[in-house]
Amino acid sequence: MLTPEEIDDIRHAIATLPHKQAAAIEALAIVQRHRRWIDDQALRDVGEHLEMSVAALEGVATFYNHLFRRPVGRHVVRLCDSVTCWMLGGDALRSGLRATLGVDLGETTPDDRFTLLTIPCLGCCDRAPALMIDDDLHTDLTPGALAGLLRRYD
Amino acid sequence: METPLTGRIRADGEVVTLAEYRRAGGYEGLRRALGMTPAEVQAEVKASKLRGRGGAGFPTGIKWSFVPMGPDAPRPKYVVCNADEMEPGTFKDRLLMEGDPHQLVEGMIIAAHAIEASVGYVFLRWAYRTAERRLRRAIAEAYEAGLLGRDILGRGVDFDLHVHVSAGRYICGEETALLNALEGKRANPRAKPPYPQVSGLFGKPTVVNNVETFVNLPHILARGAQWFDGLSTLSADGGTKLYGVSGRARRPGLWELPIGSTAREILYERAGGMRDGYRLRGFLPGGASTDFLTEAHLDMPLDFDTPMKHGSRLGTGTMILLDDRTCPVGMNANLQRFFAQESCGWCTPCREGLPWVSRLLDAMERGDGRPGDLEKLAHHAHFLGPGHTFCALAPGAAEPLQSGLRLFREDFERHIAERRCPYGGSA
Repeated sequence: MLTPEEIDDIRHAIATLPHKQAAAIEALAIVQRHRRWIDDQALRDVGEHLEMSVAALEGVATFYNHLFRRPVGRHVVRLCDSVTCWMLGGDALRSGLRATLGVDLGETTPDDRFTLLTIPCLGCCDRAPALMIDDDLHTDLTPGALAGLLRRYD
Repeated sequence: METPLTGRIRADGEVVTLAEYRRAGGYEGLRRALGMTPAEVQAEVKASKLRGRGGAGFPTGIKWSFVPMGPDAPRPKYVVCNADEMEPGTFKDRLLMEGDPHQLVEGMIIAAHAIEASVGYVFLRWAYRTAERRLRRAIAEAYEAGLLGRDILGRGVDFDLHVHVSAGRYICGEETALLNALEGKRANPRAKPPYPQVSGLFGKPTVVNNVETFVNLPHILARGAQWFDGLSTLSADGGTKLYGVSGRARRPGLWELPIGSTAREILYERAGGMRDGYRLRGFLPGGASTDFLTEAHLDMPLDFDTPMKHGSRLGTGTMILLDDRTCPVGMNANLQRFFAQESCGWCTPCREGLPWVSRLLDAMERGDGRPGDLEKLAHHAHFLGPGHTFCALAPGAAEPLQSGLRLFREDFERHIAERRCPYGGSA
């Protein structure tokens, strides 16, 4: 079941569009914002709400990088793996994150605190290397700065 | 030197508010535009010779001229801002939206009036959280001040503006894929024709322009086409351009300069030259999907037409440096991994060819390259190129590949012959 808050947020998204199916991506993002990820039941509920088939909605959900069909931790680390960050130490950051978190790319720490992912170019190449944790951008990073940075996210 | 696009942006990183924007002459271009007919606004923009700043350089006024006009035209018509900036190495639209969001809002209202559009969307990439917050606030301020909504400035023009935050895919930067994403669908590109100006968003006439294109409009309308054209004496193109440098420069960054400025000026005068101990080997002039240029091209005007004569493109105008201690094979492996991941999977050369190229380059970088690999890569570069796919993603991927193979051939050959990366890299 979608919650009243989710239904209200989805209603606002539909209001800016000529028909409700056009809000499919936003509706999935809204559900994810409330629940961290989109499980099978949530996908069916959104489909029912927008009068869309599960198959059509699944096609949308699996197309986009930031819609999660698998559980993620409380915080999502997105490490830039594009060209300038690669050149300026992105691989060292990746190794540092692996060592600090004890998980590999695509995995979640056993305490459910962090999920580690990569992301294409974050659009701050003059301050590379960079990563995002949740909504926060962190730039000019070194592996040595990671432990202190991660401590800020419970 | 005039910097109309970035001149108001505050050094302390705070946003320009509506009050500050207006004190600095903001919304005067809109006021003037609303006193003109849509045809007159289109004529002014056409006369300015403004060309699309997203990378393709198509003349903006001509793009608009294909929109059906008058009482019988299909409605609603749409204006869409492509703010999906996902081209690796590109960080110009971020600055414009974070620093001075009203300039974009004003530009979009002017464009809406020019094509008689009543609804607009900013298609914004997910990662730009600060830009989103500031843009939403600017839009709310504009509604409050009667600059958006019904009867704008009492001139009988209606325009509603919404923000769509993308759920993330590079292909959304392609304008017809972007329209599918706005419709809530998978972002596969559409066949053209019909072009979006005739049948775009929800099947209605639609104009899609880049952020940097829109922000030029308030100035063109406030100060005139001739003034705009005169901003640069370095090129047949008019106006200024945001140029950027990333990689091993002393001071990577972003600068607004007359269009047609040279890579030498941008790299050596603005970015302080290469870091100590590094030499320039080449550069991608405007993002990941442009062909490599070299030192021999440093004095060429970076406008829309000149780099094309030398086998490359201006692209987004934000250059990525290749220094002498970075492996050109490893760099290409990184670029092709990105393109392979971000292909939407619609066309065969892109869906199948890019992962193949990516695997070949990764193997080469690990020391597992084999004789014949360079021929295979050249073969793929051809089939990824123009004419074989629905959209420009694969041809864009082929650009750094084909020019890398040509300019840094010895590096590729050494990887295969020595069965290792001479730079000590590993994929």
